[in-house]
Amino acid sequence: MRTGLSEKTSTAVSTPNDGASSDAPVQLLTADGVRIESPEYDTWVEDLTKDDLLSIYEDMVVVRRFDNEATALQRQGQLGLWPPSLGQEAAQIGSARTLRKDDFVFTSYREHGVAYERGVRLEDMTKVWRGTANSGWDPFTVGMATPAVIIGAQTLHATGYAMGIKRDKADSVAVAYFGDGATSQGDVNEAMIFAASFKVPVIFFCQNNQWAISEPVGVQTVRPIADRAPGFNIPSIRVDGNDVLAVMAAMRVALERARSGGGATFIEAVTYRMGPHTTSDDPSRYEDLGEHQEWAAKDPIKRFETYLDGLGLLTDKVRESVKLAEDDAAKRFRAACIALIDPEPLTVFDNVYAEPNSGLERQKREFAAYLSYVEGTER
Amino acid sequence: MSQLTLSKAIGAGLRRALADDDHVMLMGEDIGELGGVFRVTDGLKHEFGPERVVDTPLAEAGIVGTAIGLAFRGYRPVCEIQFDGFIYPAFDQIVAQVAKLHARTNGAVKMPLTIRVPFGGAIGSVEHHSESPEAYFAHTAGLRVVSPSNPQDAYDMIRQAIASEDPVMYFEPKRRYWAKGEVDLEHVPLALDKAHVAREGSDVTLIAYGPLVMTALDAAEAAADEDVSVEVIDLRSLSPIDFDTIEDSVNKTGRVVITHEAAQFAGLGAEIAATITDRCFYSLEAPPQRVTGFNTPYPPAKLEEHFVPDLDRILDAVDRTVGRENSLTGFVAR
Repeated sequence: MRTGLSEKTSTAVSTPNDGASSDAPVQLLTADGVRIESPEYDTWVEDLTKDDLLSIYEDMVVVRRFDNEATALQRQGQLGLWPPSLGQEAAQIGSARTLRKDDFVFTSYREHGVAYERGVRLEDMTKVWRGTANSGWDPFTVGMATPAVIIGAQTLHATGYAMGIKRDKADSVAVAYFGDGATSQGDVNEAMIFAASFKVPVIFFCQNNQWAISEPVGVQTVRPIADRAPGFNIPSIRVDGNDVLAVMAAMRVALERARSGGGATFIEAVTYRMGPHTTSDDPSRYEDLGEHQEWAAKDPIKRFETYLDGLGLLTDKVRESVKLAEDDAAKRFRAACIALIDPEPLTVFDNVYAEPNSGLERQKREFAAYLSYVEGTER
Repeated sequence: MSQLTLSKAIGAGLRRALADDDHVMLMGEDIGELGGVFRVTDGLKHEFGPERVVDTPLAEAGIVGTAIGLAFRGYRPVCEIQFDGFIYPAFDQIVAQVAKLHARTNGAVKMPLTIRVPFGGAIGSVEHHSESPEAYFAHTAGLRVVSPSNPQDAYDMIRQAIASEDPVMYFEPKRRYWAKGEVDLEHVPLALDKAHVAREGSDVTLIAYGPLVMTALDAAEAAADEDVSVEVIDLRSLSPIDFDTIEDSVNKTGRVVITHEAAQFAGLGAEIAATITDRCFYSLEAPPQRVTGFNTPYPPAKLEEHFVPDLDRILDAVDRTVGRENSLTGFVAR
């Protein structure tokens, strides 16, 4: 028993590497940028104004530029590592744009587009990867936990947060972002069990980017990932993750259900990781070039651009202003990232505990003594 | 003052915490209607409702992982892990998430969780029901680890654990659940991270925690009959450890025996012995001795009396420190 939402969509999109799926993901924009009608989903995006559309476009462009800049900074030795979000802009920005400030997001480490929509500063996203801090932001100021690196762990945190929302009788929603690889983890399955049993307002947003480092999604599942959730009594939607409008529509369906007491929804956003897993990865060892090119033709930004152009929205003035916005963001980001200062040695002891801890304090005092001793010796 | 068993004392502490703070909630398997397999939470679901005393799905990672989310939302969850040996599915959520979230968020997110774990053996049970996994957690930065040995501490320390802004692993000496003692429900308790000198003595310092404190006190009594004065330290907090109290005692006695049910290798006894050697080297009259479980899986019930340290094994180690004849006299190790 799927929701019945995705089954009725009439337009298929080719997804050559998404397992054994026979179900076409929900789509409102074809890979060529042609807007197709969907009686079920059109209503969920019909409120979007021209300004909204252009703003979505600009965000996708800026985030892609930022992501590319971060990759470049890693190559220049300014970041230790970077996990590119290249190709997943529609899935991330489309979903996160539908959220309210009082919603709360728990993500993995590749969700730069989500962080951007939540209001995280670009340089703050790179603090961890530059190695200057344990995390880049205060979760409570942006409604987004700092990324979980252990795969799938955050889905339980989102579910627990949603248990709290329900107890508070609030209409906020918790969202868990994770990838296709994470769906093999026990934590993700336990999260769905808790979410279903307690009927809490959580959305499981799975970006199926086809890869878990070098393992294709077929290693994680032989059926569409979205098919799993109904077994937990969680309705699911399989959506074209490179179609920003379809992603927004699916997300709004899920949000409406969560806010009105209907419980959890599972969304599988079918997309593609166009970059390496991280800057340390080498996809040429496992990725088929033909497949890569097929997905390049379904690029989320390109198709949205074609669509906007068809609407006559991409005037020279608009193009120029978007270009200015991305250039400016890139310039400011690069400067701010490089200016991030190394932390003082003794800060390693900070925030391990919230309350005084005699054991750690002694270790800190001893290390401080060592530091001043060494400093004195050097002089 | 009330006369309570240790399990009832924990229950009383939980009831008090639930009554005092609406954000406190209990989560675990069978803790609601059944009151827990050891009845520690008996009656609390009826008193505070199923939203605050939550029977969870049978998933330890799920219990701790969702508790983390609740803590993000401002709640103070108290998780029950049904038995020591069942905690491993939650290991990642405890050591990689609960323990690190405060540091990971630069102090923005507090994790005031309490994780209750009945632990230890000598109850005649089967595999996975008698383990002592405390060292894993004491080794993990970001966690506090405590273990009460008597009803008064059980009551005080569960309340302090719940009130703590840090995550606290609360190890319950399950074979002492039925031990009775006077509990003052209103006194000012000793700080959670302080050890307690449970019996004063002058010849040997005997350090124990949780279920073995009672055994250690019995051993001290028996040693007194043989004219050896044993000072017993009830550690109470396993992370951090109150080394000041230990140091004062060992500087006085010059001899030390450490006992725990957990395996010896890389256990708490090793950490304590190393620190004592560092801080009390010139006071020591004998090498620190350890009396512990073996580096084996917890054995079948009919063998556990040999595995779990008892009065005789502790006294044998006491004899080693005071130079009396003992089991290793003339023993050639290699």
